[in-house]
Amino acid sequence: MTTVAHTPTEAHHAPMSFWRKYIFSTDHKIIGIQFLFVSLFFLLVGGLLAMQIRWQLGFPGKPLPGGGILPESMVSGGVILPEYYIQLVTMHGTFMVFFAIMPLLVGVYANFLIPLKIGTHDMAFPRINMWSFWLALLAGLIMLAGFFVPDGAPRAGWTMYAPLSARPDLSGATISQKLWSISIVVLGLSSVMGSVNYITTIINHRAPGMHWFRMPLSVWALFITAILAVLALPVLQGAAIMLLFDQTIGTHFFDPGAGGQPLLWQHLFWFFGHPEVYILILPAMGMVSDIIANGSRKPIFGYHSMVFAIIGIAFLGWIVWGHHMFMSGMNPTLGSTFMVSTLLIAVPSAIKVFNWMGTMWRGNLRFHVPMLNAIGFVSMFTIGGLSGIFMAATPVDIPLHDTQFIVAHLHYVLFGGSLFALFAAIPYWYPKMFGRMMSERIGKLHFFLTFIFYNMTFFPMHIIGMGGQMRRIYDPTIYDFLKPQQPLNVFISYSAFALFAVQFLFLFNFLWSLKRGKKAPQNPWEDNGMEWSLPNPAPHGNWDKTPNVYRGPYEFSAPEAGDKDYLPQYLKLPTDRDPVPAPLPAGGH
Amino acid sequence: MKGRIFSVVGGMFLLTVCSKGDGTVQAAPPAAQPVVPTADVSAAGGTITGKIKFTGTAPRNPAIDMSEEAACKAKYTTTPTEENVVAGPANALSNVFVYVSAGVPAGQTFTAPATAVVLDQSGCRYHPHVFGVMVGQNIEIKNSDPLLHNIKAIAKKNRPFNVSQPNANMTKTVTFAAPEVMVNLECNVHGWMHAYVGVRPDPFFAVSGPDGSFSIKGLPPGTYTIEAWHEKFGTQTATVTIAGTETKTANITFAAH
Amino acid sequence: MRWWLPDAGSTFAGPIDALFLAILIITGIALVVVEVGLVTFVIKYRARPGRKAFYTHGSTRAEVIWTAIPAVTMVALGLISNHYWVLIKDKKSIPPNAYHVGVHGKQFEWQVTYPGPDGKLGTSDDFTVRNQLHVTVNEPVAVELSSEDVIHSLFVPEFRLKQDAVPGMHIIAWFQATKTGEFEIGCAELCGMGHYKMRARVFVHTPDDYKAWVAQQAAGGSE
Repeated sequence: MTTVAHTPTEAHHAPMSFWRKYIFSTDHKIIGIQFLFVSLFFLLVGGLLAMQIRWQLGFPGKPLPGGGILPESMVSGGVILPEYYIQLVTMHGTFMVFFAIMPLLVGVYANFLIPLKIGTHDMAFPRINMWSFWLALLAGLIMLAGFFVPDGAPRAGWTMYAPLSARPDLSGATISQKLWSISIVVLGLSSVMGSVNYITTIINHRAPGMHWFRMPLSVWALFITAILAVLALPVLQGAAIMLLFDQTIGTHFFDPGAGGQPLLWQHLFWFFGHPEVYILILPAMGMVSDIIANGSRKPIFGYHSMVFAIIGIAFLGWIVWGHHMFMSGMNPTLGSTFMVSTLLIAVPSAIKVFNWMGTMWRGNLRFHVPMLNAIGFVSMFTIGGLSGIFMAATPVDIPLHDTQFIVAHLHYVLFGGSLFALFAAIPYWYPKMFGRMMSERIGKLHFFLTFIFYNMTFFPMHIIGMGGQMRRIYDPTIYDFLKPQQPLNVFISYSAFALFAVQFLFLFNFLWSLKRGKKAPQNPWEDNGMEWSLPNPAPHGNWDKTPNVYRGPYEFSAPEAGDKDYLPQYLKLPTDRDPVPAPLPAGGH
Repeated sequence: MKGRIFSVVGGMFLLTVCSKGDGTVQAAPPAAQPVVPTADVSAAGGTITGKIKFTGTAPRNPAIDMSEEAACKAKYTTTPTEENVVAGPANALSNVFVYVSAGVPAGQTFTAPATAVVLDQSGCRYHPHVFGVMVGQNIEIKNSDPLLHNIKAIAKKNRPFNVSQPNANMTKTVTFAAPEVMVNLECNVHGWMHAYVGVRPDPFFAVSGPDGSFSIKGLPPGTYTIEAWHEKFGTQTATVTIAGTETKTANITFAAH
Repeated sequence: MRWWLPDAGSTFAGPIDALFLAILIITGIALVVVEVGLVTFVIKYRARPGRKAFYTHGSTRAEVIWTAIPAVTMVALGLISNHYWVLIKDKKSIPPNAYHVGVHGKQFEWQVTYPGPDGKLGTSDDFTVRNQLHVTVNEPVAVELSSEDVIHSLFVPEFRLKQDAVPGMHIIAWFQATKTGEFEIGCAELCGMGHYKMRARVFVHTPDDYKAWVAQQAAGGSE
């Protein structure tokens, strides 16, 4: 795959076997690529589960096409059974959150981008980094096994509320519920190992001249995300272990009959869960910032505000968890406090949207595929963020909580937001990963079709949520008040099928371009980041000599750039002086 | 790369297919009455018969309010009641599960009949309410109502299960692997729905009819203890000796409480 | 085809729907500003030969404006919302003359216990009805929620009423219906395979009809 020239860095290693080079690799770039392939697989799994959900909601009681291959425990005469339906909604959420979006944003891009963008040769702890990938893969396989063990997959929602999750006799999920806890503990370990690397590397290994406020926003976002992860994941691990103990060794953490509290689960889960959703959006925001600046040929508008907004979102994200629990029976006064913090967190998000617009304002916009998807991100994330305000206002949450309105909201921020950002990031850094370009033409077609079908799928969900359709229900048509909205459910399902089908354009583009894509020039996007000083694909060890950093990351159209409209961080102008290197860490490279 | 992904996805499907489990799903043949097949016994054996009744006043069976299940309510002309105590003329007691609890020579094995017992959910009630099966015999659970029933089996010696049938004409076949008296079946959507299954390793069991009578046939010579189980009145036992092909009578009386 | 919130059926619906509309207007304005802005910029600032982007790192004034306006709006929204939140959910807001009914959620039914002719919940003339909540129009009702097994959630869309029923907790949710008729109840918290089937109905009676219904139930009739 890589033809690596004989450089001094290479001399540090004896020639590596295929296994050490590509499978059990400690190279952050290979690890990032491994995360990419595995996570795209889980994204596909999540999508297949969603298609079945939409079939049942659009056409309740009709046999699923191809349903004949599923076992009797899941379907009867091809018709999805209620116990399988709730497995579908549970595992769709679980796979998408934990094994698709989180690893795609963090596992891939934290690993791939951080050392490249700050000018160092690898992560601080390469071997721990390798373990982080293998543990994530193991966790994913354990979770997948839930469908194949007796009694089937967990089915208490991706939120796993107790007591339903703690009582196999009430949920029906036996072995798989325990596997869930084990998978989460393993995944948490993977996350913490990764975070430790990202934080340490950014603090200690920035190249000379890479001051904190010269780091690209993608790196800032990944840094803050890593701090969130290292503090939040252990809380979920703890809760998962408590849940496991309730099922296995006779504890009663969540069992009110024996002095436990069902609400304890919710507090623990959401104390993790809310920072988790910021883990799922901040890296996306960071990468979108890099791409919009590039596409606009302008510095990011309000760089410092953007940094403080990221920090503000992350900080506030720790004190809003109760907004998932407004209806839970917790003290209403707590509801008031969480409402205030939740409404406030809209402010830094708004700041970011306005700054992206400010970046595009008076720019010289290039609509390459990453830029199109980044603009799509801003457009969709705005809708998702605004729809959240309805639920933040506690009285309005009363009719909307646990309806399709919240499903619309979360998909606008996670798909319209995070996934569109990934559709921007993947082609953007593809040349750096694989030395080739993804097809622009297929990419543009994919963007436009996805944008259209995406909105056709998820916008109407706001309406059926307002109408009162509850979450996770197998058949809306048994309710008279929901029957009039069923045509909209059908419309959503057809749109969803089309949306899913269109994603095969992306998948094809991704796979086909690996071997047949146009060979990439060194800096195809005329970008300023440190990574573009390297050949494509980037070689093992990155730079043979630690590079110097001469300016901030967004000096597009700077006067010093002359007739070019970009000015890379690594480019030394005659007027630049070399930065003073930071003292070496003891025992470091 | 493409191949790698396809082979993994394909492998996933293969695994799913391989775990398909017990048999194909068939549409239920329309059956007006649930079929309780007679056990496969030798006509040359002896018979224990009897009549089961109770003394005292039977508690009233609570009325079932099906107002919120219109499709089931429509199947009744009078208000249905629960079947806790089904009394016949002269305090005859139905739905008593009678079985040989001791006396069958050790080591004797019996083949379960090939015909299934049909458990029908119709009018939001189980038909039959009490029945017996042999270990390994098929129970075909069928939904004759156009709405969700779930069948939750609460068992101690057998593996509990909980399956749903959201639409009419869905069927599911289950079997029990261990003798157990009784396995409780319930529907959680309709809290009044209960059925009771006696799982036995031999064919020597019966359920008392509307006149309280029961009959256990095909018994080889020996001394037998029979136990009668009723869901409200508990259990009673009796001892009967069979010498040849005669019919012996053992009447059983419960005290109402 | 329904395009809006269900028809109002309780005293909560007025304030909640008004707040919903206010938020819709505020977010609608924000949405239009952003989306029209994006489309305008995409058209107006697209790259053309000979153009150059305007080199700027931002504007502190702009930052202050677009921080202050959302912040002030959110604070105002919070204050108004909290006023109604307290009125709806605070224990002290439950009208002292409210008619108490017990609703016990279980997999997969609602058991509704009425105080009977003596009007007191917890006495021997109480009676229980499956999946039917009968109340009097224009009179406050306090639902005492409990759960047998897992978390359920009582949801009456027309009343804008929603409250989780948590095992081990005794939670009171109150409402006052404003029109007679029948309304549906759904369960709004995933509670197992039968979650979707926990459909029940609310019957809102005139005071006379309600008294008659209670008398009939107490005498042992159903319907």
